[in-house]
Amino acid sequence: MQFLLTEEERLLRKTARDFARKDLAPVAAECNEKGEFPQGIFKKLGELGFMGITVPEQYGGVNLGYFCLALALEEISSVCASTAVTVSVHNSLVNLAILKYGSEELKEKYLPELAAADMLGAFALTEPDAGSDVTAMRLSAVKRGDEYILNGTKIFISTGDRAGVIIVFGRTDLNERTKGISAFVVEPSFPGFSVGKSEDKMGLKASTTVELVFEDCRVPAANLLGEEGMGMCIALDSLDGGRVGIAAQSIGIARAALDEAVIFARERKQFGKRIIDFQATGFKIADMATDLEAARLMVYLTAKLRDAGEPYTKEAAMTKLFATRAVNRIVYDALQIHGGAGYTKEFLIERLFRDARALEIYEGTSEIQRIVIMKKLLEEYDQMFPS
Amino acid sequence: MKILVLLKRVPDTEARILINQEGTGINEQGVKFVINTYDEYGIEQGLRIREQVGGDSKVTVVCMGPGEATELIRTALAMGADDAVHICDPALGKPDPFTSAIILAKAITDEGFDIIFCGKQAIDDDMAQVQSILAEMLDIPQVNVVAVFELSDDGTKATVRRRIEGGDEKVEARLPAIFSCEKGLNEPRYASLPGIMKAKKKEIRTKTLADLGFGEVPGGTRSRVLKWLPLPKGAECRMVEAEEMKDAVAELARLLREEAKVI
Ligand SMILES: Cc1cc2nc3c(=O)[nH]c(=O)nc-3n(C[C@H](O)[C@H](O)[C@H](O)COP(=O)(O)OP(=O)(O)OC[C@H]3O[C@@H](n4cnc5c(N)ncnc54)[C@H](O)[C@@H]3O)c2cc1C
Ligand SMILES: Cc1cc2nc3c(=O)[nH]c(=O)nc-3n(C[C@H](O)[C@H](O)[C@H](O)COP(=O)(O)OP(=O)(O)OC[C@H]3O[C@@H](n4cnc5c(N)ncnc54)[C@H](O)[C@@H]3O)c2cc1C
Repeated sequence: MQFLLTEEERLLRKTARDFARKDLAPVAAECNEKGEFPQGIFKKLGELGFMGITVPEQYGGVNLGYFCLALALEEISSVCASTAVTVSVHNSLVNLAILKYGSEELKEKYLPELAAADMLGAFALTEPDAGSDVTAMRLSAVKRGDEYILNGTKIFISTGDRAGVIIVFGRTDLNERTKGISAFVVEPSFPGFSVGKSEDKMGLKASTTVELVFEDCRVPAANLLGEEGMGMCIALDSLDGGRVGIAAQSIGIARAALDEAVIFARERKQFGKRIIDFQATGFKIADMATDLEAARLMVYLTAKLRDAGEPYTKEAAMTKLFATRAVNRIVYDALQIHGGAGYTKEFLIERLFRDARALEIYEGTSEIQRIVIMKKLLEEYDQMFPS
Repeated sequence: MKILVLLKRVPDTEARILINQEGTGINEQGVKFVINTYDEYGIEQGLRIREQVGGDSKVTVVCMGPGEATELIRTALAMGADDAVHICDPALGKPDPFTSAIILAKAITDEGFDIIFCGKQAIDDDMAQVQSILAEMLDIPQVNVVAVFELSDDGTKATVRRRIEGGDEKVEARLPAIFSCEKGLNEPRYASLPGIMKAKKKEIRTKTLADLGFGEVPGGTRSRVLKWLPLPKGAECRMVEAEEMKDAVAELARLLREEAKVI
């Protein structure tokens, strides 16, 4: 698929790949095993330009599109899916939300530091009683003078304890379900902010997932993103992009799993043959490779749609649904091919298997993607064939 | 300071190399090509010298190779080199080291230089000759297999260490000179994203043989590759065992004489 990429995109992918293999891989192995955050890696990624891929040059970024972000995320994920979570949230949710909805002042204040990875970004939507149903959120944001006072709790926030900037969604109007939600740029140093418990996750051990507590947390009114009531729209718009990022993460993990499976199956002999020579194994591998290729094409196409400024909500949901399900099929079969070995920490597939599982859950579960696809499809059909 | 770095396009070290049916070269289908690993150290060293000297110092990449080499030249530009000369002519084919050096010497003389870096060898055919022939033709000192490089403060000479059997050799050379780089000299930097964007606007001057003033491929043929042959399949290892060592030695000598027929 070389021809799909421009020279500049190939160079970007090469840098991402070389960095992932040489610099990230050793750190990833240790951090995933010990459950540590690879703090030092992000500064290096920042220096190379990967923390401000879509940020314009005037704010310290490199002004490339989503397609380039997807290429980078695939490479990083193929070595460390946890690192990719942090990079994906930072670029596709935080940078882009500030860029698209932030005032000039907010952009100048935060984007250069984010692009250089002098600080990391987090995106806080989920609450104990508001997961898939975002509109059930309760965190309140009351305007008092030139501040908003935030009260409530967010949970499952990636990088929440490491971020210098957190986009927090809260309710500015109790009577309006959807239009009552607003988005704020919050710094951890704001009074009344604290980090609560940290989740002990099944996988993605080198990324952090924490609870954030807001007790009369004072946020300058100037840190409102867009206008009051635009929160839901900002969340959905950001998540469309985020979903392409998660799909790119899927193909990175899937590629690593496929590599592991083929290499293992070529070496391992049973019944006097390499297990890859049993059709039962070979067919699994053929299906895995086909799934991967299809997912990658969907990622490429959807990223291109976005870069072209076309509507892509339905395609983003389809891509996330397909790619995250595909990677879970792939890691399942890749582990199966490893036999008992795959069930031990000795083999990389054990981590890939655990890491992949989260992808069907965050940034909208597979069920939620289907709801989005169905709704968009119905709209299209109602227009094409009015009933 | 005008710094030149030589860059050659070679098959990836990880690529599986198969010889083509005619035995005239390798089968290039599906093989990934990269910047010769040792040249990467040269690029990095050139960039470091530019950073050390500052002012209007400039790093120019010189590459002789097919059109496809542009992407690799662009990589060097994205790492930070300022511009490049790409000698590209369909008549070139696979020049031998002598021919390569004649052409490179002309391009290098046209460019002008204070220092030249290149790899200690190209990892394709491992001839390791071009830099030495070049040094002769340009009439400048050469130091090969450089593992540590230090430029004097006034920029007139370099003190380097070369890896030799069992130790290091410290050598001083006055500039202009050519240095061929060894692994470990430095850690080549990545092409950063801003670097990649900037590289798009940097100049690659393409030169044909005619542009360099050659009517035909110069040099005649000093050496000619007759045929490429695959490595013979490794024969199986046989252990010679016996109760007493002297019997094992006697048996080994017999095998070498009678079966292997080598003594
Ligand atoms: C590793 C990790 C990192 C995360 N990072 C972040 C982050 O950075 N920021 C953030 O805000 N959140 C984050 N989350 C939270 C994540 O977005 C939520 O877990 C997700 O949206 C699902 O919400 P929930 O867990 O409350 O599940 P629920 O919404 O309670 O869903 C439970 C099940 O019910 C199904 N379901 C729910 N509603 C419907 C319906 N209408 N129709 C059919 N099925 C339905 C779901 O699909 C799911 O299978 C993270 C989660 C994880 C695991
Ligand atoms: C948690 C755990 C506990 C265990 N406890 C015990 C125990 O108490 N005692 C004990 O003796 N063993 C135990 N085992 C070992 C277990 O029985 C083996 O792992 C299992 O039999 C598979 O063998 P293998 O791991 O060598 O995989 P392999 O046999 O190498 O298989 C690798 C892959 O190749 C496939 N394959 C192999 N042959 C063929 C074929 N002919 N056609 C198609 N596909 C083929 C397999 O299905 C598998 O997908 C345990 C394993 C685990 C993970």
